[in-house]
Amino acid sequence: MLKILKYSFFDLMRSRWSYVYFAFYLLLGVVLLFLNNDLSKAVITLMNVIIVLVPLIGTIFGVMYYYNSKEFTELLLAQPLKRSSIFLGQYLGVALSLSMSLILGLGIPFVFYGLFESSAIWDFSLLLITGTFLTLIFTALAFNIALSNENKIKGFGYAILIWLFLAVIYDGLFLMTLIMFEDYPLDKVSLIGTMLNPIDLSRTLILLKLDISALLGYTGAVFKQFFGTSFGLIVSFVMLSLWVAMPILRIVFKSKKKDF
Amino acid sequence: MVTIENLHKKFGKNHVLSGVDLTIADGGIFAVLGPNGSGKTTLIKSVLGMVIPDKGTITVLNENIKKSSDYRHKIDYLPQIANFPSNLKVKELIKMIKDLRKPTSEDQRLIELFKLEPFLDKKLGNLSGGTKQKVNLVLTFMFDSPIVILDEPTSGLDPISLIRLKDLIKAEKAKGKTILITSHIMSFVEEISDEIVFILEGKIYFKGSIQKLKTKTNQPDFEHAIASILSNNHA
Repeated sequence: MLKILKYSFFDLMRSRWSYVYFAFYLLLGVVLLFLNNDLSKAVITLMNVIIVLVPLIGTIFGVMYYYNSKEFTELLLAQPLKRSSIFLGQYLGVALSLSMSLILGLGIPFVFYGLFESSAIWDFSLLLITGTFLTLIFTALAFNIALSNENKIKGFGYAILIWLFLAVIYDGLFLMTLIMFEDYPLDKVSLIGTMLNPIDLSRTLILLKLDISALLGYTGAVFKQFFGTSFGLIVSFVMLSLWVAMPILRIVFKSKKKDF
Repeated sequence: MVTIENLHKKFGKNHVLSGVDLTIADGGIFAVLGPNGSGKTTLIKSVLGMVIPDKGTITVLNENIKKSSDYRHKIDYLPQIANFPSNLKVKELIKMIKDLRKPTSEDQRLIELFKLEPFLDKKLGNLSGGTKQKVNLVLTFMFDSPIVILDEPTSGLDPISLIRLKDLIKAEKAKGKTILITSHIMSFVEEISDEIVFILEGKIYFKGSIQKLKTKTNQPDFEHAIASILSNNHA
């Protein structure tokens, strides 16, 4: 698996898109630090960008890479390699190169700004950790979609839909449910609802870390009580890990049954 | 040795293979023939584990291939259409496949044989169909495995390369290897193969020497013998 990972990773590192993605984050980091000198505010703005953009890039890149490397995959399948190592190697190659673009692109300007002496280092680390989790999750989802759909157009369609659903539609539905049942106690429901969507979960984690939960009112207080504790933090990371593990398991399972 | 027992495979409603039984003994050249869509490639891909059969067992050198990948160390496979990652150089591709399988020095000889030196630094996406097929042949023959599977090896090759390919196949046979070939070029098959396996509608219709086929169909030459099977069954 490590050899496949190596080849996929270097293949991607040579592609233009990795540099574009890296340069985008580099630029974003520099501009944010240059325009406002408040590190916490920069982290909040970054959060808003990352929460939406990372999943989108992860899904699109994942689907695109799978379809583009079809020939390479077929070549590998005739070699004495396990199917699971071929697909996991490719998946990790994509996910790691995307994560690296994110971490380096944002990390470099912040290190130069003097992150290590600042108190925002934990907020910033959490931002990068959730960003990496989101990359791992959405690339895995993308590989699942591509494995199940021979047709490229359909694959891209489903990939965009799943991103749209988790990033936008889910929140809308969630909010509508909360409004419809506002007469009932909804603390638990909203807590569970947040846990079930990796994007919402990441956003909540970062917001609460930034100590602006007062803006969220009563629900914020409930959330703070839960996520603010180490128990809540552990549960959240377990949830995010589950979101990574489940699609990966399906990649292994699905790839074993597929005909090429 | 490759044995296939009661192999079934369908894609959707299309029964491609319906109960194939086949034993391929050690040593010799076996040609798998059949009309378009008869299931030749599916059969070969099942042996390679690229297609998962619905039913049936396949053993390669006395090892059941189900859920195994190590047996592919003993098989060299030439795919039908040479589709390679287009942003890789020929040199890099050869190096990569060696890295993934095992080290070999045989590639130098094959590169010389097919006169590929001028193309080593070119990207695979910029090569002509015939040159890609030559690269494909180098990748296949450089490992010296006991079983060789060639899916349409002649496609796109110029006459000189074709002669070299024939010599290469004969030399491999002399080493005692088992070689499976599919081809639509009957003169090539007639010249090179020891035994014919004819697939029709997902079943083995005939297995034996060319001479036996001629006697069975009452035809004086090989091409007509094949044509008579096809016209009798599709009339």
